[in-house]
Amino acid sequence: MKVAYWPGCVSRGFTPELHGSMAKVAPMLDIELVQLDRANCCGAGVIAEHSQELADTLNARTFALAQQVPGADLMMNICSTCQGAQGECQERLDANEEYRAHVNETLKATQGLEYEAGIINKNFLWVLVEDIGLDKLSSLVKRPLTNLKVGPFYGCYIVRPTSRLGINSENPRDTYLPKVIEALGGTVIDYAGSHKCCGFPIITMNKKASLDQAGRHLGDAKDADADCLVTPCPLCHLNLDLQQPLAERQIGRKLDMPVLHLPQLVGLALGLTPKEIGLQRHVVKPTSVIDWTEAVIAGVAD
Amino acid sequence: MAEFTLKIRRYDPQSGEAPYWDEHTIELEPHRSVLEGLLQAKAKTDGSIGVRCSCRAAICGSCGVRINGQPGLACHTHLDAAAARSEDGVITVEPMGNMPVIRDLIVDMDAVHWKKIQRVTPWLINKTPIPEREYIVPRESMVDVTQTAACIQCGACVSDCLTMEVDPLFVGPAALAKAYRFVGDPRDAEHESRLKDLSEDPHGIYDCTHCFKCIEACPKGVAPMNQIMRLRRIAGSDHHIVDRNNGHRHEAAFGTLVKDHGLLWEAELLPRSYGGDSWFGKFAPAAGLELVASLPAITKALLRGKVTPMGALKPHKIPKEDLAAVQRIYDVIESRDERIELNLYITGTDAENAENPVETVAAAAPSAGDEEGLTR
Repeated sequence: MKVAYWPGCVSRGFTPELHGSMAKVAPMLDIELVQLDRANCCGAGVIAEHSQELADTLNARTFALAQQVPGADLMMNICSTCQGAQGECQERLDANEEYRAHVNETLKATQGLEYEAGIINKNFLWVLVEDIGLDKLSSLVKRPLTNLKVGPFYGCYIVRPTSRLGINSENPRDTYLPKVIEALGGTVIDYAGSHKCCGFPIITMNKKASLDQAGRHLGDAKDADADCLVTPCPLCHLNLDLQQPLAERQIGRKLDMPVLHLPQLVGLALGLTPKEIGLQRHVVKPTSVIDWTEAVIAGVAD
Repeated sequence: MAEFTLKIRRYDPQSGEAPYWDEHTIELEPHRSVLEGLLQAKAKTDGSIGVRCSCRAAICGSCGVRINGQPGLACHTHLDAAAARSEDGVITVEPMGNMPVIRDLIVDMDAVHWKKIQRVTPWLINKTPIPEREYIVPRESMVDVTQTAACIQCGACVSDCLTMEVDPLFVGPAALAKAYRFVGDPRDAEHESRLKDLSEDPHGIYDCTHCFKCIEACPKGVAPMNQIMRLRRIAGSDHHIVDRNNGHRHEAAFGTLVKDHGLLWEAELLPRSYGGDSWFGKFAPAAGLELVASLPAITKALLRGKVTPMGALKPHKIPKEDLAAVQRIYDVIESRDERIELNLYITGTDAENAENPVETVAAAAPSAGDEEGLTR
């Protein structure tokens, strides 16, 4: 399949291993990525907090650029926050023709672009389950994640509000991560924090509360015996991985919990080496994952 | 009639015993409510089950509980829907979170919820002089506050607030939605002091972590988080309140960086959030202190090659002509006299309105003849 690919900002900034691993994994899944190099930041809810119209117009611009990609089946992102922030703008744009016309007027005047209602914008997680399919995914697995105990961590923007995100009995998108982990051969760890907030949005406003959140979820996962967490959100990754040394200090507990980006977990199972998917770039060394992977490589080679 | 199993969390803090789960089988029509199920169990099998309720019609807000882990009104949840959403067909009913349990499903609303409501001065402070007759206010502004006025004080949003889980002092979703009720009311005289108070409070509007839990929890569509974002918007944009929690600086720096580069530049966002929204922000003492405090994370990130010095010093950008277009969008929108907002709670969607025509208050100034467009 061909997708208009929106990598987001953080995946090219502080979590370059996310964008890198997605680029490596895509061809293995038969996904052709047409990168939206001209598109702009989604605003992450912060621009909308300042001006709703500005956020809506900026994201309508991104949608319009995605709609210009010839032959693309849909627009795909690799960031829960992009998914949620863009989805919120899309909800308003699609709901009201008069408002959409107003936003399009700005788009036309500034760059001659126009957004047509009804774009399909999906996170890589949704594409994996709904478009590629779990059966196909597990058939591609070269190195099953046997005995790897993985805790899912979604990121708020991709699980709430359910109505806006199209989460329903037909598409139970808030249950996809465990299904993907299982399809890759891993063991799912059920723990309290999987659908909670990593705390990142208030890291500059209330650092204590923010790190308490990160530390609590990492600790819960550790207590539930997880080897690592997996997340489709780079902002969660910042608070859970980059800030983990500070979270440890805040809650007074050693955590040592590696956090993988979703494309990294998929890449591992599909046979990529830890280095190819940038695992060496994490602040918390994913030692448990790497040791385990190498052991299995040896097993498979026999 | 159908049979349902309710698994109820029981707890009596005065007994000295630990909480436990208690299962009851009830028989009711599938469209009846979980509350009716609870009341049947109480009437038929165990009169000691503690549950609070009154109107049984989603108006009084007394029967807030967690059903299958999700907060909501017991009277507003159908048994069949609850059973379908449960893990194994057994409907679990627990007391709400973030508030102490008095007994079984009854929590102490006074200790948390009502205290926080009191915190935001939940009454109108009249402008003076008080008019001799009624106040005349624009219809739109009163329609605007109906969303927050729809709150029935059930506490479902408080129950699952994820900031409150780690910071019990957070003013919280219900109380902040109540604060918007008055900040959005043109008759109130104290908009600025209300906003200043809630911006400067370290547990005020900038303590919300944007997790959407309250939006999902609310049975009345109040969307407390959206009201908190509106409070931030009005505090920063209309009253220019620069708070000590870095809330406004963070928002301003975010907007500026996206305008300057088209994409976010995280390495520059953090120091500016502390030090101020300009290139010089990173040299402010507050930014320096933060840098020192973050050294354990920064050092590791540099060592692992996660962040390269060049990557941090140089922003990633979009092509020139696209950046110019983004900047024109900023200019067009920032130069408007009025902020344009679309609140779907009030306007409804085109699809809903076509099905069920209602009088709408559009965000953009509507002109005659637009009705046709709405029904396309």
